[in-house]
Amino acid sequence: MINMDSILQVNNLSKTYQSGARELTVLKDINFDIKEGDKFSIVGSSGSGKTTLLGLCAGLDQASTGQVLLNGADLGQLSEDERARKRNELVGFVFQNFQLLPTLTAIENVMVPMELRGEKKIHARAMELLQRVGLADRHDHYPTQLSGGEQQRISIARAFSNNPKILFADEPTGNLDEETSEKVEDLLFELNRENGTTLVMVTHDLDLASRTDRILRLKGGQMISDQIISPLSESLA
Amino acid sequence: MNINWYFLMAWRDARRSKSRLLLFISSITLGIAALVAINSFSENLKDDINAQSKELLGADLELSSNDADFQYQLLDSLEWDVSYENSFASMIFFPKNQQTRLVDVRSLEGDFPYYGTIETKPESAGISFRDGSKKALVDQSVLIQYNIDIGDSIKVGLTTFKIEGALINSPSQSLGATLVAPAIYIPMKYLDETGLVQKGSRVNYRRFYRFRNLPDDFDIDQRLRADRDTLRISRISADTIAERKQETGETFQNLANFLNLVAFIALLLGCVGVASAVHIYMKEKLRSVAILRCLGAQGKDSFLIYLIQMTVFGLLGSVFGALLGTIIQRILPIIFQDFLPVEVSLSLSWYSIFAGILTGLTISVLFALSPLLAVRKTSPLMTLRGTDGSSQSKEPLVLLVYASIVIFIITFAFVQIGDLKDSIYFSVAVFIAFGALASAAKLLMWSVKTFFPSSASYLWRQSLANLYRPNNQTLVLIATIGLGTALITTLYFVQTLLINQVEITTNKDRPNLMVFDIQSYQKSEVAQIARNNSLPILQEVPVVTMRIQSINGNSLQDILADSTAQRRTSPFRREWRVTYRDSLIASEKLLSGSLSRPSTWSGRNNWTFVSLEGGYAKRNNIELGDTIVWNVQGFPIQSIVGSTREVDWERVQTNFLAIFPSGVLEQAPQFHVLITRVPDKATGAAFQREIVKKFPSVSVIDIGLILNTVDEILGKIAFVIRFMALFSILTGILVLISSVILSKYQRIKESVLLKTMGGSKRQILIINGLEYFYLGSMASLSGILLALLGSWGLAYYSFNSSFIPNPLPMMVVFLSITGLTIIIGLFNSSSILRKPPLEVLRNEIQ
Repeated sequence: MINMDSILQVNNLSKTYQSGARELTVLKDINFDIKEGDKFSIVGSSGSGKTTLLGLCAGLDQASTGQVLLNGADLGQLSEDERARKRNELVGFVFQNFQLLPTLTAIENVMVPMELRGEKKIHARAMELLQRVGLADRHDHYPTQLSGGEQQRISIARAFSNNPKILFADEPTGNLDEETSEKVEDLLFELNRENGTTLVMVTHDLDLASRTDRILRLKGGQMISDQIISPLSESLA
Repeated sequence: MNINWYFLMAWRDARRSKSRLLLFISSITLGIAALVAINSFSENLKDDINAQSKELLGADLELSSNDADFQYQLLDSLEWDVSYENSFASMIFFPKNQQTRLVDVRSLEGDFPYYGTIETKPESAGISFRDGSKKALVDQSVLIQYNIDIGDSIKVGLTTFKIEGALINSPSQSLGATLVAPAIYIPMKYLDETGLVQKGSRVNYRRFYRFRNLPDDFDIDQRLRADRDTLRISRISADTIAERKQETGETFQNLANFLNLVAFIALLLGCVGVASAVHIYMKEKLRSVAILRCLGAQGKDSFLIYLIQMTVFGLLGSVFGALLGTIIQRILPIIFQDFLPVEVSLSLSWYSIFAGILTGLTISVLFALSPLLAVRKTSPLMTLRGTDGSSQSKEPLVLLVYASIVIFIITFAFVQIGDLKDSIYFSVAVFIAFGALASAAKLLMWSVKTFFPSSASYLWRQSLANLYRPNNQTLVLIATIGLGTALITTLYFVQTLLINQVEITTNKDRPNLMVFDIQSYQKSEVAQIARNNSLPILQEVPVVTMRIQSINGNSLQDILADSTAQRRTSPFRREWRVTYRDSLIASEKLLSGSLSRPSTWSGRNNWTFVSLEGGYAKRNNIELGDTIVWNVQGFPIQSIVGSTREVDWERVQTNFLAIFPSGVLEQAPQFHVLITRVPDKATGAAFQREIVKKFPSVSVIDIGLILNTVDEILGKIAFVIRFMALFSILTGILVLISSVILSKYQRIKESVLLKTMGGSKRQILIINGLEYFYLGSMASLSGILLALLGSWGLAYYSFNSSFIPNPLPMMVVFLSITGLTIIIGLFNSSSILRKPPLEVLRNEIQ
């Protein structure tokens, strides 16, 4: 059943891989739905299946069974190119290892999602975003000329460049030191609030997860809890 | 998606990888340069042959015969000017240094050539030697060889001529003809005075015609075709401008086609370089493709970005190649100058330039397509997982690309050769070579993996493991270096094979001097002179000149009249030189029948037995028991084919197509040949001098002299071939450099990691050096093996000779190619090793 309030709805989702003659189940029977504007985190230890779940939710991979509805569209029914179109329309990404295009400058990296949408006059919007993440003066630098924190800030600017409805973040601070992590986290949450974007974040950092509205815990590919965080506990965190 | 965006992204992506992309396409640049140069040159040559076609023959029609009084009815109805040339082989004598030389004496009367000139030094000599006095033109090579100057004199028979000029070229002069007997020209009015032309002398009578007031609808070639049988019966050969143009054009087109194939092989080598470079390049780009996919780019978007990149760089490489080709085109006339029939102009051939660029573009796109197609299937999941998420399933379009490559290669070869069967053979040979090299690479990887020396030191294990680990360069380097080595080594072997074939005759026991045109009354005296000079008489053979009148009762006229007759006419048209003896000589083997008439033979009592060379009899459908009536200076001699023989024509001996038994031809007009061996140049020269002084009409062929000339010509041909092979070598080196640089990118993280973990510069150099040693040695070894097989095939099937390779050049090739691979490999690695690890990672990993 489609819940019209949900931006992301996951129904009975499972993912298995063939490992030689053996079938390996990495996700089993996952169910949840996320409303627009929610901040949602997926936590679990290494190998618990959280990145796989993120990939499936963002349409980067296809489920073995079950359903992922992104903004009402059943991703399992779409081809890879159709899913790519959906991503471009609805999704922003922030990756653990930044994933900037190494041959593009900072501003070009930010412009790419808009260019893919065929938008015009995007330079000003890209500069505005760079300004917002505090890197306007580094706009013509290549990724290799930037520090890890700077690269992640560019990556956040890029993620918001197409005004996404939902932002997927995979361990956004996983490759950063504590001080930089804090700055990047703040930036991510601020921009998320300003744009009213839904946030789905994978992390093993419980402190970071506690800044979201809801935490989904995974263990061995299975959901072990789906906890709603009260505003009080957020302020305590 | 807006097409401009694809171009923008292609440019954005390329600007940080410019040097690498340029390196990829440099592989095809040289191949294109060679193609454009050769094609432009042959276009120029074709145009010049067309423009100068009249000069090739020097007249509108050339008729020749061995009969001084030959007649051709057609000419009675036309108006013409005529020049006469009687030519024959004879010895000339240089009084200045008492030397002698066999030449082709051409006595000329009339204004020939009517078109073009007899090219001489000084230029005026071609005209002035005919001013009425005793003047001659002598082939330039003879003057140089014998150290004779213009103005010196030569003695031709009994007459002494002043050398008016050096003969450089004349219409209708071919390279082959000047090999044994270079030409000299004398005015015809002094021919009789020389005393060289007597009854029975072998003289070729040529007439050169220039037509005047020809009717517009008159087509000389059509008329000659209509009169073909008449001309055959009268034993007249005819040559026209159109025919000469066609023959010359074909000869040089064949040469151009061959050279184009050599250039094409260079191009193919480059293609392998392009394919492998793009393959590795795209592998590195997969992460960027996956990011783009995450951001919403579709499969075709990334594909088009990189396709545009490859196309633009392919175009750049081709344009640069075409430019380079037009420069090289200017050098070609200098390289080919000894072979060119006409003066070649230098003009840009836009057709060749355009065709070259198009070929380069097609090749770079076609060979880049297979790795590019994989981009379409790249999964965005790679951004999360960091692994190659591309689909493992075989893309059906890749098969289509492979099929297109095969079709392209066959089509291109067909365009070059003009024969579908040959082009398929060529393509199959190329594919077999690639297949064999790929198998060698796979075998190496398999052997190293299977028999891995686990107890060896770390450096050995690491370098060996590099051969089969992911992203290894084994297949690419062995295929490219191996093919380059195979090509270059084959060219070397074939050249040596040709030279050896000639040199085999210079073995110390083989005859090296042939005295011929000895009249019967001179025979004993010539033999005596030889003995006086302590020269052995290895062979003394009588030669009788005759023609065939009929075979099995059918004359030439009968055969020409009968359209169903299977028999060929060539036995009737040739002037036969036969000998008589009752036994076989060392160069002969009886194939069938018996040499002399068996006592039990009961048929045709008064018919004599003749023995024919087996191959010739077979080619002309003449069988054992067939009857042949010969015409010996007007007298018919009836014979039966009693036997066939196999003859080894490579031996310097007087070999004959037909031999008679003794007792039949003894009284017929004949001349004799004496074969001897001179121990050194000086004895040979003294002997020749004595013979020519005493008997001016006797001729001597100095095999050593011919060998020198052959050697010289082969040297010139070898130079041309080597020049073309240079493109393959340079392309091979470029592909080698680009492959090694690419492998540097593959190994860079690893080398840096090793360095970070405390690996010394020396250790890393040893690991890399050993890896390139394995690759270089395996590639050159496989290439040499391929070359051995190829050369053996050529020797056995094309040259009918045995092939015994010299191990020394093989060692040189092996060591140089292996050494070069190691040097280039290490040179590239050293740049990583000089810098701190972090700097390398930041700069090199893009």
